[in-house]
Amino acid sequence: MAEIPSILPATPEIFLACSALALLLLGVFKGDCATRLVSHLAAAALLVAAILVLSHSGARVFAFNGMFVVDGFGVFMKTLVLIGAAAVVMVGQGYAAQQRMNRFELPVLIVLSTVGMMMMISANDLMALYMGLETQSLALYVLAAFRRDTQTSTEAGLKYFVLGALSSGLLLFGASLIYGFTGTTNFDRIVAVLASAPKAEIGIVVGMVFMIAGLAFKVAAVPFHMWAPDVYEGSPTPVTAFFAAAPKVAAVALLLRVLIDPFGGLTDQWRQIITFMAVVSMVLGAVGAIQQTNIKRLLAYGSIGHVGYIFLGLAAGSEQGVRGILIYLAVYLVMTVGTFAVVLSMRHQGRPVENIAHFAGLSRTHPMMALVMALFMFSMAGIPPLAGFFGKFYVFLAAIEGHLYGLAVIGVLTSVIAAFYYLRIVKLMYFDETPVESIDQQNDGAVTVVLVGCGVFTALFFFFPVPIMSGAASAAASLFAG
Amino acid sequence: MIVENLVFYTFSAILLVSSIMVISARNPVHAVLALVATFFLGAGLFVLLGAEFLAMTLVIVYVGAVAVLFLFVVMMLDISFAELRQGFLRYLPVGGLVGLVLVVELVLVELHWTVTPKVLDKPAAPIPPSDQVSNSHALGHILYTQYFYLFQASGLILLIAMIGAIVLSLRSRAHVRRQSVAAQVGRQTADAVAVRQVSTGGGV
Repeated sequence: MAEIPSILPATPEIFLACSALALLLLGVFKGDCATRLVSHLAAAALLVAAILVLSHSGARVFAFNGMFVVDGFGVFMKTLVLIGAAAVVMVGQGYAAQQRMNRFELPVLIVLSTVGMMMMISANDLMALYMGLETQSLALYVLAAFRRDTQTSTEAGLKYFVLGALSSGLLLFGASLIYGFTGTTNFDRIVAVLASAPKAEIGIVVGMVFMIAGLAFKVAAVPFHMWAPDVYEGSPTPVTAFFAAAPKVAAVALLLRVLIDPFGGLTDQWRQIITFMAVVSMVLGAVGAIQQTNIKRLLAYGSIGHVGYIFLGLAAGSEQGVRGILIYLAVYLVMTVGTFAVVLSMRHQGRPVENIAHFAGLSRTHPMMALVMALFMFSMAGIPPLAGFFGKFYVFLAAIEGHLYGLAVIGVLTSVIAAFYYLRIVKLMYFDETPVESIDQQNDGAVTVVLVGCGVFTALFFFFPVPIMSGAASAAASLFAG
Repeated sequence: MIVENLVFYTFSAILLVSSIMVISARNPVHAVLALVATFFLGAGLFVLLGAEFLAMTLVIVYVGAVAVLFLFVVMMLDISFAELRQGFLRYLPVGGLVGLVLVVELVLVELHWTVTPKVLDKPAAPIPPSDQVSNSHALGHILYTQYFYLFQASGLILLIAMIGAIVLSLRSRAHVRRQSVAAQVGRQTADAVAVRQVSTGGGV
């Protein structure tokens, strides 16, 4: 008889999935008037899951026949994803209630999608990877089209769905090639097969390229970025905040795990692709954002640029590179959540603000808000001593240690270009005339808490970098040890 | 052996006839019914091969769900199939060419198909001999043990799909009469029927 599979390492995932079901039941019975309650409970469940994740020792353990792995890397990434998702749920609630999309399915779908992200991060098998990815994506497609009565939102949902299906197809094709040429879907056994042969078969390399393409779609790296600006702009703003925060982190985690763990032996093969994508993403992210007038579109191009910097660290292929990426992701997550919290709490005559021209003169009408926003913009541009500088610093350091001088130079140049549009928002807020109709700011308690938290983290990161730095270092070490 | 061959040829012959009927029938309802017959016969062929699980899923999924859905669509929507079939001859050369390419590819694959002995050495889940274990049993055995995680994950994905369909398409309309089972069951004779004495010629 078969043994009962060990499920203890998956406790956080099981807890989160069960709480999603409980929240769904609560919502169905209470109706949409319980949305506020469901949102608060969802945020609480995400935070409890984060505590469960952190209570893991950090040793490498397997569950479900080796399909599911928990290690220091997974713990670090899952904590980031859960904190990001919880913050977005808290920040988005007030906006959703005001803009008549106050339905209890919104937090439930966010929780379910987060379960999928945790499954992605813990995947140790090609099939488990795909299952996690689809759980996450399917919920995201629905979230993008959540405001089904507006044309932009349905367009965003449809666009994301079609391109997401295409990327899943690419990924599956690559995975089937890898299975065909190695005879296994398990990552550890793929490592063994690759180690046993002197030179990787061409089929494995082709399969890996297809998988990278599929995953690059999910992180919106150039040339697979076309969906990002439209989907970011069209989706309801809380959903956009979620897109920019949690799924990005999870998809980068998945890419790191796939490239370092099973295909660590093929670093020379994938480095060319990653280098190319890093360069074009950085350039397009910097240049594409200059013309944008919509803040969500601008942040979408910004996030494409951020993926470029993350790939810069990945191209180094070293433990330092991965450590740099993890620090970058932690900082990026906080800055993004903070920026979107500002955007979400701005109203212009009761309507949400999306045009950056509306930020003009914010420093005189809402000085605190302008201060935090300026902090995030300076940090995104990478100006010391804010948190964003350290994220970029460690990534560039890894690239230079890996002798990728050209890449590092391009990175520095593009971050100078990117500074232009981040600083333009600061200029608008502090030096431009206040328009006649000023912005009204509407904060509830949760938004203020998140804003203060993100602001303090961004401003004071250089005083207390140790928890993030040491966490990232041990997480990167555990990825390379596996 | 002879019986098996006889069954095989009978099933195959009827299958071919009914699948031609699917595309040639004038009445769309007839076409869908022919499709149902095709599925049933295909299931019969699977049973003949010893793949009873596939046969069951074919009947449940395709006949039970897909074909019935087709039937509903055909009956509910006013689709003019005569119009759809217009231009059949015009598109025949291109369609025929694509079909021919596919046939040639299939033949080429069939001629050069080999399985690497390496792969046969290390299957993820070895197939038990079909005369000892029925294949539904064998499938269930690995589905609930080895692939338990993936099975549960698929369940979660289906749940998300269901929530998504409801979120994106359900509209609560006012003034819709809904069935209330409790009210129906709780109804007493006294609420519904009244016995009146009616005087002759008086009316109620």
